[in-house]
Amino acid sequence: MQLTDNEKAVLDGSEGAARAHAMDLLVRYGKALGAEKLVDTNNVCGGFVGALPGRRDLLPKVPEGEERDMDQVYSLLNLDSDVRLDIPPVKAMTYRLIDAMDHDQYKVQRVTDETIQIVKDVNKFCGKVGINACNTCTPYQIGNVPVYGEHCAWMESSAVIYINSVVGARTNVEGAHSASAAALVGKIPYWGYHTDEHRRGTHRIDVDYEIESMLDWGLMGYWIGEKVKHYVPVLTGIKAPPNPNKLKHFGAAAASSGGVEMYHIEGVTPEARTLDDAFRGNEVRDVMKFGRKELEEAYGYFSTAKSRDVDFIVLGCPHASLEQVKLVAELLDGKKLSVNTNLWIFTPKALKSMADRIGYTEKIEKAGAYLMSDSCSALSKVYPEGVKVAATDSAKQAHYLPAILKFETWLGSTEQCVNAAITGRWSGGLS
Amino acid sequence: MSRKTILKGRSVVDGVAEAEALVTSQAISGFGGTDSKTGMIIEVRHELCGKSFKDKVLVFPGAKGSSGWASHFQSARLAGNAPAAMIFNIMTTKMALGAVVTRVPAVTDLDQNPIEIIKTGDWVKVDGTNGIVEITHKD
Repeated sequence: MQLTDNEKAVLDGSEGAARAHAMDLLVRYGKALGAEKLVDTNNVCGGFVGALPGRRDLLPKVPEGEERDMDQVYSLLNLDSDVRLDIPPVKAMTYRLIDAMDHDQYKVQRVTDETIQIVKDVNKFCGKVGINACNTCTPYQIGNVPVYGEHCAWMESSAVIYINSVVGARTNVEGAHSASAAALVGKIPYWGYHTDEHRRGTHRIDVDYEIESMLDWGLMGYWIGEKVKHYVPVLTGIKAPPNPNKLKHFGAAAASSGGVEMYHIEGVTPEARTLDDAFRGNEVRDVMKFGRKELEEAYGYFSTAKSRDVDFIVLGCPHASLEQVKLVAELLDGKKLSVNTNLWIFTPKALKSMADRIGYTEKIEKAGAYLMSDSCSALSKVYPEGVKVAATDSAKQAHYLPAILKFETWLGSTEQCVNAAITGRWSGGLS
Repeated sequence: MSRKTILKGRSVVDGVAEAEALVTSQAISGFGGTDSKTGMIIEVRHELCGKSFKDKVLVFPGAKGSSGWASHFQSARLAGNAPAAMIFNIMTTKMALGAVVTRVPAVTDLDQNPIEIIKTGDWVKVDGTNGIVEITHKD
């Protein structure tokens, strides 16, 4: 790899051992990719320091009466360093993704005392080094909207596909170690979706159906991901212009089923004003039609639940916008959940504060449901006791719940999900 | 004498290791697809489901699934369950970072498709530094 004089100096320790190690990790990573150089980034979003299940077991033991040595934890889990490094403040603007629990409602989430302590230690550390611990999978909903063309280093597949496709920012799907290193030195390998070449369309999807609802968009995303895998689909024939909520669900689904990191919609997304603009001379590998039959095929992937007695409704995957919270509040207004059913809806903390002020939260809570932040059922592994059958309005959550938490899972519209929470029975489906 | 084949490709992670091969034509998931505490593939629909890659030369198309792939494979290494080496075809950021933090010799871009040439049980030496794979075929 070709390094600048400044990058070489940092690698040689001009800014201390932690930044030297971070640079070395990025250079080894860049070499593995086959990248020729690094690019500057001032926008990093990552999963920082192992509070999540699966990584907690690796945390070094805290000696009796002492505080957890978070620099040691970050060195090991985030920078893959064998030695403890003194972690300096981050250099790039850095946001933290999902946390292991809601910071106020952890009792409802049945979080253990040990996890509560880890979460507190991690958040304190984030504040110390300057990581904005906003704890959401959707930083773009609470102010971190990159500029068109901005080089970023983001994790979280649903956020990556959103900013690449809808905003026109440039990022690959990073991992914890590359994002953590990028935060410290403000660099990331120039490869993949940072380059013009890789952003070009590869497959054309001719949409031959009036895609309207959030559920339709989610199902279409899931179907396309399943078909194109990690390539770059270009959609034509979209008649009703989508909004951010629909594209959030579409991208999250396409990234879950296939690993799509970028797509174009002719006349809608910024790098696809025309079809030629989206492909820019790239070979079209395949042309597919998406119509009613394909929509039904996609819904068929999710027909795994058997019992219609639903005991858990999960909404807000990816984290809900204020508009989605409002819809749920309106649907629940003056109603009561079935005694056998729970409803949790997840939204970023910043939006929950607004919902509290406007009165949406009160409507949700009066019905017996919960508006939560910071966390998510699948990743944080938080759910009410005794759940066997779940329902959700998110194709992504429906993809993960049966695998991770072993719940039978129904997929439907937000309205169908809320209705199931009130009646305790699933009666939803594709309309 | 056993039949041998040499494949040439590109270095991903330096180092040399040799072990028995475990081969799959299906991409591997980290989060939700493998168990770092055992090194076992746990994705129900995967052809290697129930098999462990611990101390094997893992030959596969590449990484898929969540961006936690590298964390998952780092966890496997810290638990003593890393593969001995990795040989793969499709480069992605998950795969590259995963190979780096698994810290085992890794190669890609081989001159013939390793998934077709190498069979599970073959003895494989991976020279990650020079991008060379030496296969001693079982039969």
